[in-house]
Amino acid sequence: MEMAIRGLGLLAPGLNGWDAGRAVLAGLSPFQPDAVPEPDAAILPPNERRRSSDCVRWAVHVAQEAMAQSGLDPGDVPTVFASSGGEMGVFDKLCRTLAHPERTVSPTLFHQSVHNAAAGYWGIATASQQSSTALSCYDDSFAAGLLEAVTLVCVERCPVLLVAYDLAVPVPLSQARPITTGFAVALVMAPSTDESPAVMQVRLEEGDAVGTGGLADPVLERIRQSNPAARSFPLLSAIATGGERIVRLGLLESQQLVIELGPCRL
Amino acid sequence: MPPSAQPMAPLVLSAYTLVTANGRGVGPVLEALRTRRSGLAPCDFEDVGLKTYIGRVAGLEEFALDHELAPFDCRNNRLAWLGLQQDGFMVAVAEAKQRYGADRIAVVMGTSTSGILETEHAYRMRDLRTDTLPEWYRTRYRYTHNMFSLGYFVRTCLGLKGPALVISTACSSSAKVFATAARLMQTGLCDAAIVGGVDSLCLTTLYGFSALQLLSSGPCRPCDEDRDGLSLGEAAGYALLEPSDKVGGRGTVALLGYGESTDGYHMSHPHPEGAGAMRAIKDSLVRARLRPEHIEYVNLHGTATVGNDSIEDKAVYGLFGARPACSSTKGWTGHTLGAAGITEAVISALCLTHGLLPGTLNCRRVDGSLKSRILRENQTGSVSCVLSNIFGFGGNNCSLVLGKL
Repeated sequence: MEMAIRGLGLLAPGLNGWDAGRAVLAGLSPFQPDAVPEPDAAILPPNERRRSSDCVRWAVHVAQEAMAQSGLDPGDVPTVFASSGGEMGVFDKLCRTLAHPERTVSPTLFHQSVHNAAAGYWGIATASQQSSTALSCYDDSFAAGLLEAVTLVCVERCPVLLVAYDLAVPVPLSQARPITTGFAVALVMAPSTDESPAVMQVRLEEGDAVGTGGLADPVLERIRQSNPAARSFPLLSAIATGGERIVRLGLLESQQLVIELGPCRL
Repeated sequence: MPPSAQPMAPLVLSAYTLVTANGRGVGPVLEALRTRRSGLAPCDFEDVGLKTYIGRVAGLEEFALDHELAPFDCRNNRLAWLGLQQDGFMVAVAEAKQRYGADRIAVVMGTSTSGILETEHAYRMRDLRTDTLPEWYRTRYRYTHNMFSLGYFVRTCLGLKGPALVISTACSSSAKVFATAARLMQTGLCDAAIVGGVDSLCLTTLYGFSALQLLSSGPCRPCDEDRDGLSLGEAAGYALLEPSDKVGGRGTVALLGYGESTDGYHMSHPHPEGAGAMRAIKDSLVRARLRPEHIEYVNLHGTATVGNDSIEDKAVYGLFGARPACSSTKGWTGHTLGAAGITEAVISALCLTHGLLPGTLNCRRVDGSLKSRILRENQTGSVSCVLSNIFGFGGNNCSLVLGKL
């Protein structure tokens, strides 16, 4: 299956936007993951922005960045949102409320709890009626999201926005799911043309996790292992260094998503 | 280059099963439809004090998953397990595994809340002084509450090694699994797929829908002039999808088309003109190579909220006029949320197979403002083409066309 990459978005400590992230991943800038970035997600109408969760703003922020680079109209682009746990911060608030004798759940908190909250807010912000899927595959959520996006591009012959995100999990839920840093990434994919800035071939192979992932930089590798959305690092790093490489992403310990990248100008 | 739906090859539902408050397996569900016996009863779930009716599956409190499945033990996966035991489904999957190989069968599941009930329990038992969750919970989050838990569980039970994922788009989750599975098969990433959905009762949805003032105080009454909200239910359902050139003779039930869209309007209110819903329905017809006049029965989303039923009516009447018979089956099952898609797909398959058009249970007098032809009483007769609508939070819509080959 062949398709183009038309745009990228990135947000994580020390990786504030694709341009900054590319420089870090290409080894041109030092990695300084000191401050947690604040997404502006400017595309959200003020009311929705106020109501939205952190997850939604991180996801919408990178979606907006990738979409702007692609030059496409969001109204023409179906979306895939991949997250291992979804709205963990909202679950924390909900479960605290439900553990209280009164159980006075706020209607806003309840609708924020759905796994497709980010997808829904993006749809409202862009007034798009294109299809939208929200999914999970635990630590392999990025690879599963990529699979869903790739099949959409190939079957429907249309551009697709993929957003993968997981945020730091609040205490006490973090005792069960210790994710300590936020990470959000977005890719706009489309059927390839002669002008495509990057083209990739994607296939699925049998095989265990051996040979998948793994970054040489120990600091980045630790982030890759600590956040499901950061499992995208090997692909992002290959794009940042000009492509022309094969990237393997593990899928459920029995399969690998094999991505053959052509030259990348992104 | 906006996407435009292309016709698809039919996918045979070569095995399917369903557990709802009406019973375990398609036999009891069909019998309940025929005898118009609702599965809804006054809410007796845990210590919930809400005045509402629920469609609770009996017996989930009376067993636990054990041996290698013990880490997965939670209400949602118990229901998932119960579903797998019905209608010879495991045998059908084992045979498919022989035909295609374990790595060539995908698992695509839908759920809205997964095993969040475990987290609700854990929070109640947490140490308030140190804000510490109980030890038993910490190692089991991955297998119970995490959104992928259901996919992991079903894949493990069935011994499959193909791609697997869980779709969670609120109520449309287990309708969209058909679309994702169809694409995985069309691109050759698998040869067959297990699709399905499981959603179980929990405090989050009971108190959440109550907060939105969307719960009926009695059994839900879809399309009724006095409808006052939905009744929550729980369900597990599965279907084995295979290409029609490999299996299935004349008369076999198949997925003919699907359509997916969003409203792009509001998180918890549908688009006032039903624009997103119409788009999903239209796309499902294009993929099925059918015109509106081919649809004989519409299984409505029909949640019995004031808003949903009237806006869905606008969309359905706008596309079909008052010709096809329309009904909601939520009066039997309750709204099973993330499992509603598979629940109503399996009910649609039963309608096709047994020539049954279920009249809307609990609808005493049809809302006079609804223009579609709403069935109140059951009808019998051959049916060859059915549309099933599912619309969810986040304005997420999915329509499926099922028919006989």
